Amino acid sequence: MANSINRKIATTYFISGRKMTTVAIVGVLLGISIFIFMNSLSAGFDRQSSESFFKTTAHIRIYKDDVLSAPLQPENENSVLIVNPKVVPTKNTIENPNEILDLVRQNEDVVLAFPQVNTPVFYNNGESQIAGTTIGFPPMEGNQMYKIETFMVQGSIQNLELNRSGILIGSGIAERMNLNTGDNMNITSSKGVNLNLTVVGIFQTNNSKEDKTKSYVNVAVAQQLLREGNTYITDINVNVKDPNQAPDIAADLSKLTGYKAEDWIAANASYMAASRMRKIVITFISFTLLIVSCFGIYNILNMTVSQKINDIAILKAIGFNGKDVVRIFVYQALTIGMIGVALGVGFAMILVNILSHVYIGGDIGNFPIRFEPFVFLKGISIGFVITFLAGYVPARKAAKVDPVSIFRK
Amino acid sequence: MILEVKKIEKFFHDPVEFKVLNDISFGVKKGEFLTLVGKSGCGKSTLLYVLSTMDTDYKGELIIDGEHVSSYGQDKLAAIRNEKIGFIFQFHYLLADFTCLNNIMIPALKLGKLSKEEIEYKAMEKLRMLDMIDQALKPASKLSGGQQQRIAIARALINDPLIIMGDEPTGNLDSKNTQVVFEILQELAHEKGQTIIAVTHDNDFAKASDRTITMSDGRIV
Repeated sequence: MANSINRKIATTYFISGRKMTTVAIVGVLLGISIFIFMNSLSAGFDRQSSESFFKTTAHIRIYKDDVLSAPLQPENENSVLIVNPKVVPTKNTIENPNEILDLVRQNEDVVLAFPQVNTPVFYNNGESQIAGTTIGFPPMEGNQMYKIETFMVQGSIQNLELNRSGILIGSGIAERMNLNTGDNMNITSSKGVNLNLTVVGIFQTNNSKEDKTKSYVNVAVAQQLLREGNTYITDINVNVKDPNQAPDIAADLSKLTGYKAEDWIAANASYMAASRMRKIVITFISFTLLIVSCFGIYNILNMTVSQKINDIAILKAIGFNGKDVVRIFVYQALTIGMIGVALGVGFAMILVNILSHVYIGGDIGNFPIRFEPFVFLKGISIGFVITFLAGYVPARKAAKVDPVSIFRK
Repeated sequence: MILEVKKIEKFFHDPVEFKVLNDISFGVKKGEFLTLVGKSGCGKSTLLYVLSTMDTDYKGELIIDGEHVSSYGQDKLAAIRNEKIGFIFQFHYLLADFTCLNNIMIPALKLGKLSKEEIEYKAMEKLRMLDMIDQALKPASKLSGGQQQRIAIARALINDPLIIMGDEPTGNLDSKNTQVVFEILQELAHEKGQTIIAVTHDNDFAKASDRTITMSDGRIV
C-alpha cells in the first residue's frame, strides 16, 4: 500500500516530465542497442574465425616435439665450454600410437581422436610437378572433424573410405592437371615413392592456396609414401566438447601421454592476439556508449530532483521518509530503464537482422552476425544496473533534502 | 496534555552563533486552539518547526501524545507526522502535478490504514465540508490561492490528526477567506477535539483563539 503510493507519485512525475524522460529513454535505447549490436558482432567474428580454424585444425594436436640436447656441464670452474644446443636427431613419430589413442579417448572431455600422417608430395603432371601436401587420416573421422563434406564439389568422402587407394584433391590441383572423379593420378613422395591413385573426389575451400596444394588420402597410403609401417603416426588429432577448454585439456593430455599436446589457441597465438585486441576495442567502445547514456539518465533525474525539491519537502512534511523518497526516484529511473532497454533490445534485433542479410562474399558469405541470447541477456542486465545506479545517486540526494530549510525560504 | 515541551533551546550557527529559542516550556491540552504570536524573527516559526518534528536540531524535550520523540530517528518521526500531525503552510504547498483529490489522498495512502475507495470517500467529504467539491479533479496548479489553501487544509485533515499545525495559515488570504479558515479550525478544535497550534501575525485571529503565547527574542513572555 505504502509502496503503491510511491509508485503512483513516480508515475505521475514520469508523465508530467515526459519531454525529459523521452530524452532519457532514447539515451538508454541507443546505449543498449549499440552495446548489444557490437557485442553480437564480436561474438559473430569469434564464431566465424573459430569455424574457419576448425576446417583445417583440430582442437588439440598431439605430436612428438623436437628435443634439444642438454648442455654439457664443465668439469671444473676454470674450464670454458662453448656449446650450441642442437635438436637431438630422433624420429618424429609417436610410439605405440594405438595405446596413446586409447588413453586419449578415455578422457571424458574428448569427443573425437584419430591418427594423422602429413607428408609433402609432388603431384606429377607430365613433365611438370606440383608441390603440395597430402594428409593421411581415417576418412570418416576426419570428415567429422574438418566437415570436409561441406566443401566437396565432386565425388564424396565416403568413396575414400571405400577405395583404399583413392585420393581427394583440391579444385586447384584438379584444374591444373585436368582431373575429374574416376581419373588416375601419379604422386611422388619426398622418400621417392611413386604411387598411382584414383581421384575419388574434389573439394573446394575458399582458400585458393589450399585448393592448389592439399590432398587427403587414407593413413596407410601416407605411411606407404613415407616407406613406413602401420605404426608410423606423426600426429593425433583430438576434438573436445568445449573448444574453449582446449588449453586445460591439452595440458592434461600432455601429462598423460608424455607427448606435446598443442591446443588450437596456442597454435594460432598471433591470430588470437589480434582477435583479443578487436574484442577489447569493441568492449571499450560499447561501454563508453553505455556510460554516455548512463550520464543522460543521471542528468535528467538530477534535474527532476532539483525541480521537485519543493515537492520533496512537502512529502517529507506529510510523513514520507528518506527511503520513500529514494524509492520514488528509483522507480522513475527503472521505468525509464525498462522502456529504454525494451526498445533497445528491439532496435538491436532489427540491426542484427539487417546486417545478417548483408552479403560480404569470399570465405565468409553473409555478415557473420546472428541473434546471440547470451549477449542480449548481458545487455539487458547491464541496462538495468546502470539505470538503477544513475537513478539511485540523485535519489539519495533527494532523500537528504531538509524540509525546514525549503519552507523557510 | 497532547503536546508538551520542556526547556527547548535552539541555536543558529550561521552566520554567527545565535540563540534563537531560549528555555521554552509549555503544554497544550487536547482540543485546544493555540496561537503563537510575536514580532518577525522572535523564533515562533522556528518553534513551530521544532514542534512539528521536522527540525531535530534542538536541546530539550518534546512529548507528543505521551511519546518522548526527541530521541526518535528520522523514519519514526516521519511516521508520527504522517499519522498524528497535519500541516497547513502559509504558501499552500500543494503538489502541482496532482489533482486536488490526489493531493488530499496522498497522506492517507501513505498511512495505508484504509482502502483506496474509503480514502477517496473521506477526501470527498472533506472537500464538501470546505465547499470545494467541484474542484476535486482539477490540477492543483489551476486553483486560486484561497482555493489552494482550502485544499491544503483538507489534506492536513485527511488522517484525522491529533494536532494540526499552521504556519500563518491565513497569511495570504483575504478577510473573507480568513474568516472561513478560522471557523473551520475552531470547529475542528471544539467539536472534534483536534488540537490546533498556529503561528500568526493577525491579531484578530489570535484574540479569537483559546490561548495565545507571545514570544520575544526566543522566550515566552
